[in-house]
Amino acid sequence: MQPERTRLAWRRTTLSGTVAAVLAVRATLHGGATAGSLVVCAVCCLLWLGFLLLAQFRIRRLDQPTPPALTPRLAAAAVLATAALAVCAAALVV
Amino acid sequence: MIDFVRNVRLWFAPEEVREEGRTPDYRFSLANERTFLAWLRTALALIGGGFAVDQFLPHLRWEWRVGLALALLAAGVLCSLRAINHWVRCERAMRRGEDLPASRFPALLSVVVAVVAVVMVAVVLTGRAG
Repeated sequence: MQPERTRLAWRRTTLSGTVAAVLAVRATLHGGATAGSLVVCAVCCLLWLGFLLLAQFRIRRLDQPTPPALTPRLAAAAVLATAALAVCAAALVV
Repeated sequence: MIDFVRNVRLWFAPEEVREEGRTPDYRFSLANERTFLAWLRTALALIGGGFAVDQFLPHLRWEWRVGLALALLAAGVLCSLRAINHWVRCERAMRRGEDLPASRFPALLSVVVAVVAVVMVAVVLTGRAG
């Protein structure tokens, strides 16, 4: 039960990241795409992909009778992807 | 502040977290992980809100639109940093068998969100939209 809830929490979080990434693409296309904004948009997509891979990696590790605890490095990577997405968003907005 | 720096070091050093105290029941660790993910989702929602202000309030004056969007994005960054900091602190407290750390952050965040919401309503209603 507990690993399953944690797995779904990772999925939900990835989904929230997907919404943010889609909004980033929308912001790029509606603002009249320039070379700079396209690069930032590509970075956003890569960050989303990175987060997806992190979630996938963690979900595989959860699939055990007594799953190991989340490692600080994985948590830090997830947070860095989120914070970097916010920085890209700021670059697109301004 | 020194505590915060020590915690930042722990984000990247799983061995050090594992050396302290005893490994708690895995269900507690998973519950802590889910709380961390819930905060991360809150951060992502704030970032999405920043994008939304920029894209769905196009008639707002530029400085208001960008100001509100940047406020939401900054809140998102703070929220994500707080997510991992609180996760590390809870993990250590559980290993040492101490009480879980208390935090002012949820109250602070709700005040910030409330202020941003009120400002948004005021800005939209008072015709600065033009």
